[in-house]
Amino acid sequence: MGNKVLLIEDEPNIIEAISFILSRDGMEVKTHSNGVDAVAVVGREAPDILILDVMLPGRSGYDILSDLRADAATAALPVLMLTARGQSRDREMAERLGASRYMTKPFSNADVLQAVRDLVTT
Amino acid sequence: MAENDVTESAITGARIRERRIAAGIRQAELAERAGISASYLNLIEHNRRRIGGRILLRIAAVLGVEPTLLTRGAAAGLVAGLREAAVDMPEDAPDRAKPEEFAERFPEWAGLLLRTRGKVDALERAVRTLTDRLAHDPNLAERLHEVLSVVTAIRSTASILVDTPELERDWQRRFHRNINEDSARLAEGAEALVRYLDAAPDDAEVILSPQDELDAFLETHGYHFPALEDGTERDVLAVLAAADHLTSDAARNLAELHLMNYLRDARRFPLTDLEAALAALGPDPLALAARCGVSPGLAFRRLAALPTGTVGELGYALCDGSGVLVMRRPVAGFSLPRLSGGCPIWPLYAALAQPGTPLRLRVAQVGPDRRVFTASAFSEVSTQTGYNQPPPRRAYMLLVPAVATAAAASAATAETDAEAPIELGVTCRVCTRASCAARREPSILREEF
Repeated sequence: MGNKVLLIEDEPNIIEAISFILSRDGMEVKTHSNGVDAVAVVGREAPDILILDVMLPGRSGYDILSDLRADAATAALPVLMLTARGQSRDREMAERLGASRYMTKPFSNADVLQAVRDLVTT
Repeated sequence: MAENDVTESAITGARIRERRIAAGIRQAELAERAGISASYLNLIEHNRRRIGGRILLRIAAVLGVEPTLLTRGAAAGLVAGLREAAVDMPEDAPDRAKPEEFAERFPEWAGLLLRTRGKVDALERAVRTLTDRLAHDPNLAERLHEVLSVVTAIRSTASILVDTPELERDWQRRFHRNINEDSARLAEGAEALVRYLDAAPDDAEVILSPQDELDAFLETHGYHFPALEDGTERDVLAVLAAADHLTSDAARNLAELHLMNYLRDARRFPLTDLEAALAALGPDPLALAARCGVSPGLAFRRLAALPTGTVGELGYALCDGSGVLVMRRPVAGFSLPRLSGGCPIWPLYAALAQPGTPLRLRVAQVGPDRRVFTASAFSEVSTQTGYNQPPPRRAYMLLVPAVATAAAASAATAETDAEAPIELGVTCRVCTRASCAARREPSILREEF
């Protein structure tokens, strides 16, 4: 099994589609759909890469990212942020909090796959 | 030559050339018929020589136009518009200083340029407005997020179906089902979004958000529910069942919560007691609370739930601990914003910062409909909380017009009538008070500054 990817996203059919394409690329994919306990799930799953939606039920992806960066165990974890908000200040916020990559919905499968592959090799 | 002379001459020369070409006359022919050399006419047409007097008259005669048509600045409006447009050009652009020449030589092109620029300006304003709305309207942001998420799901799933030729039958069925589900959700989401964007805030038939639905529901009932004054939970359900305005589950939940609180308040502070005290004291929540032995917060809420025929003209705002307005009872002359927070210097927020301290101030909102109100405000901390839990806080503000009905013009309000009212706004975005230490963002009404 290849790299382990944790996908935290609340849209079930996005979860299924991204899980499919990453799995077919040889990656192990774990999923979670709630923001409240997301940090604990990251700690438990210890993924190689995290794909994190910004607007999650219970807790914002930005808050989750902030917590992860403050923890030595996850400070360097590659994180790909997904958001439906393409405004520049959202991108700046993601960069400031330490997101490795930032993608705006709707994105293409090829772009997601390439972003994850890039994060694996960096 | 003075600069104006150069400009005027340049306009005239250009117009002579334009007219000559339009008439199909060669430069040499016009020069000959006007009695000047071709080289001299060439200098005139290319703005190298001034023209006037008899030469101008002869050239105009040959061209068959009034001389003034060649010299007069017939396009003053165009020139003024072009000067404004020229600010977008680099400062060292050679054509930046030539709006007159452009307007005179190509008036239709210049007109088209200005009309196009006007449309661009209007579109930019619209984009700014929509961007602003997206940033400040959480309901819109939520609906857009839903639509974009479903679009993303459809796009990803469709790509898999197209790009994976050997896709197993089970996966195919699964993804087809997902697309079918998502397309239905997309249709619903897009329809809701269009309805939301199309909705006019004052159109009673088009409801915008759960809070808007609740506002409309309460307004329809005049904020008063006779059935609940001496009623039971069953009466709450009956009121809800008859509420056609409440179309969403979220709005129904909000309304049910409001009505249950109304029922509880009515039991604690019966209408008969309230009306008797009101007749003696006027709409003074603190005096009513003291007379009837109830909490000030309860007196505020009960006053806000009285019909206008009983209490007189009355405005009311209730905010939670974050300052968000969770209930509004509008009153003419005092606007209560729907989407954003209110003016930071409202007594409502001063009270929020001082729980348990009742405030009373004379206030007036700046604007064309300026009207003086007596604003009473009070904040309380809920006791319904658990151990180590921060208690919810809320603040009330009642607005009684300084000159109102007999019931409202109480002794309590009269005692402060001589004081100058505090000038305050609606919300910073539409406030014209130029110097305000509490301002949190610029006003969009720039012309007022």
